[in-house]
Amino acid sequence: MALDIGTLDTFPKLLLHHANVRPTRPAIREKDLGIWQTRTWKEFADEVRALACGLATAGLRRGEHFALVSDNRPRLYAMMYAVQCLGGIPVPLYQDAVATEMAFPIQNAEIRYGFAEDQEQVDKLLEIQPQCPTLTHLIYDDPRGLRHYKQAGLTSYEDLLAKGREALSRDPAFLDGEIAKGSGSDTAAMLFTSGTTATPKGVALTHHALIDRAKVAADLEKLDDSDVVLAYLPPAWVGQFIFSLAQPLVTGYCICCPEAPETVMSDMREIGPSYYFAPPRVLEALLTQVSIRMEDASRVKRWLYKRFMAIANRAGGAILDGRPVSMVDRALYFLGDVFIYGPLRNVLGMSRVRVAYTAGEAIGPDLFRFYRSIGINLKQLYGSTETSVFVCIQPDGQVKADTAGPPVPGVELKFTPERELLIRSPGLFKEYYKNPQATREAKDAEGWFHTGDAGYFDPDGHLKIIDRVKDVGKLADGTLFAPKYLENKLKFFPHIKEAVCFGHGRGMVCAFINMDPDAVGNWAEKRNMPYSGYTDLASRDEVYDLVRGCIEQVNGDIAAEPEIANSQIHRFLILHKELDADDEELTRTRKVRRGFIAEKYLPLVEALYAGKDAVHVEAKVKYEDGRSGMFSADLKIRDAKTFPPAAAKKAA
Amino acid sequence: MSEVILSVEGVSLSFGGVKALQDVSFDVRSKEVRAIIGPNGAGKSSMLNVLNGVYHPQKGKITFKGKTFPDMDSHEAAALGIARTFQNIALFKGMTVLDNILTGRNLKMRCNIFQQALWLGAAKREELEHRRAVEQIIDFLEIQHIRRTPVGRLPYGLQKRVELGRALAAEPELLLLDEPMAGMNLEEKQDMCRFILDVNDHFGTTLVLIEHDMGVVMDISDRVVVLDYGRKIADGVPGEIKGNQKVIDAYLGVAH
Repeated sequence: MALDIGTLDTFPKLLLHHANVRPTRPAIREKDLGIWQTRTWKEFADEVRALACGLATAGLRRGEHFALVSDNRPRLYAMMYAVQCLGGIPVPLYQDAVATEMAFPIQNAEIRYGFAEDQEQVDKLLEIQPQCPTLTHLIYDDPRGLRHYKQAGLTSYEDLLAKGREALSRDPAFLDGEIAKGSGSDTAAMLFTSGTTATPKGVALTHHALIDRAKVAADLEKLDDSDVVLAYLPPAWVGQFIFSLAQPLVTGYCICCPEAPETVMSDMREIGPSYYFAPPRVLEALLTQVSIRMEDASRVKRWLYKRFMAIANRAGGAILDGRPVSMVDRALYFLGDVFIYGPLRNVLGMSRVRVAYTAGEAIGPDLFRFYRSIGINLKQLYGSTETSVFVCIQPDGQVKADTAGPPVPGVELKFTPERELLIRSPGLFKEYYKNPQATREAKDAEGWFHTGDAGYFDPDGHLKIIDRVKDVGKLADGTLFAPKYLENKLKFFPHIKEAVCFGHGRGMVCAFINMDPDAVGNWAEKRNMPYSGYTDLASRDEVYDLVRGCIEQVNGDIAAEPEIANSQIHRFLILHKELDADDEELTRTRKVRRGFIAEKYLPLVEALYAGKDAVHVEAKVKYEDGRSGMFSADLKIRDAKTFPPAAAKKAA
Repeated sequence: MSEVILSVEGVSLSFGGVKALQDVSFDVRSKEVRAIIGPNGAGKSSMLNVLNGVYHPQKGKITFKGKTFPDMDSHEAAALGIARTFQNIALFKGMTVLDNILTGRNLKMRCNIFQQALWLGAAKREELEHRRAVEQIIDFLEIQHIRRTPVGRLPYGLQKRVELGRALAAEPELLLLDEPMAGMNLEEKQDMCRFILDVNDHFGTTLVLIEHDMGVVMDISDRVVVLDYGRKIADGVPGEIKGNQKVIDAYLGVAH
């Protein structure tokens, strides 16, 4: 059924449209008390309408911002749509953010209203209330633990809904009038960028931009109301926002909310989504789990797995892409599908996945190939908050491991001489809220958005991103130094969780390594190596040797690439702790903050370059409960073998 | 101040020559969190065992909800609405979390074996009701992800939580917790504190708990009884107990 985006130009109008054309189809499912509970489009739209009337009686004004802190829940979505019905602007915040991180968005947009999932989130909002005097109305979902909270302005979702139902029955026409007042050029949502640098910026996206992009991508992948999606990533992140609010509205598909963050895996198996998104780190964690379980399996199973994965590697991708494959391989792949790939897809909850995306960071070629080879149509895309996600998508049959695919319809791309990618698209953001200077810097007079990403087109016209423009540096001898490119190569090894490379303006490249405690722990167990904890394991010579092997393999690869052959990693150390977003070493989307880490661990960097073979570290650590303590250890520093460019072939 | 739900008067218990409890009296008010503390061997667990009928005191009487008993019988105690957890976890290791908690509903099951075997209307309705109650407890204790995991495979802290869940399944009026936080790390203790306070607040359950961690006791309990060598040496709100010289002596030891 074709959607007329001309008249249905806002989220609420589309919602009511679906309530009319497919009233009994499922809109949202949520697992509650162990059972999947379904709400149809009609039921869901009715709840949104009542809720909107409740908000109107509570005094929400047109154009006003509304903060929401919650995991993916039907009530969170209902709240967002309800705010939009009245012309308000939902501002979803990351639910794992600490209270102080929430203060800025609320102060910035002078937010008066907040929605919190439970006591934990209510506590955070109450904690920052002194700094945010505008925040006077708090609505909460789960009343548990909140019975004795006597603060003024604290209302439960049920109370608001009841008031709304009453108001709606008194004056049914009011809300339709409010919804009709909305137009496509209104701001539909404000999403705060994770703030890799400086303070976060509020990205204002219009209804038109979000709906246009959501529709283009949905048409490209032929999504319709029979599709099912599991909503498990933070709703404050633009991708989840698009997948669980914008795209259901242009296709009518059903969103499923997991029971708890810990149950995502089993919930996914039960639901069997057909449209799936996962950042590379999630895909990697899944593969690590599979590998670990396979290592513990019986000898026969291990042998079968190994043989059939080799066949999948050879033929799986080609079969998925529709390229010619020999009859023998086809027959073997069929057998493998019966015994290995099919059951494996089932365990991963991906039996019904028709379209799967990954994006956000570079994905390892082996990891990417693994999913495709077992028959999962995993593809890469490129986009950001400012572009309403969809800029480039790999079309079926043209999937490569190292590109993001060609631009989707409506998007224009070009590069500056510094190789910075510029984008013009109907999905571009309206502005950075209250930050005209930043808006001007990011979006020029001709409407080109400066992404800050460096890259180029490959011969087939696919976009390839190598690093951030500002991070691309030069070694002292003038060699190109792309830290993220190196770090990603390191991270593709299962034993390395994070890596941070230094080298800009220096004579050589050195690296901090974060080992993966699961993979290395399992590796140590297999070797009967006792260890007391993370720090102890990370300081073992055996682990250093293991990591050195990985680094030397990367060095071998890099030696083969003439432009960056000199940026091989000479020295490294393994950090005593995991890099953590709570210590501000990673962003909330788990990207390393290289500059911050270089400053925080300056003595370690200096020791790497000073040629020492050990360094003493004393650090303050923050525990999860907010307390902090001191920690000290001696870290070893080791050299890695490097290869002259000519020797590259032999080494690799 | 709410009414007294349980009172213990002059209870004495001895095993041969060992006097575990000597003339102990105290009361528990409805909906309060009551702690019993004391050094090792002070008689705390014996006191709890007297309250739910595992031990039978030689002297004294127990009044629960207006009825007076010379001693309790464990079945009687359970039927009256007294549930407990154990210091050393006593769960069915091979059964799943869900099934373990379901066993806590045992006393609430009304249908006989034939009705259940034939899956008659009443049996079905009852089963649904019990399953709902169990799921509510699973949700309350945030253990959805281990619903189908055999208890024996769970870490200690989670097993303690499951045991609390099973006690809650009986919908008790009075819940006895024997060292709910023993052997836990800081994070697990904080979680358990939150659950205990939530149980008290949400279900209105009266709680009697034995605990060693003084920080925890002072934070979460409304009133504290202190035992030493089987005798009550102090009784009051946490503030008073903290400053009580007898209690300090009992814990730190004095020259006799």
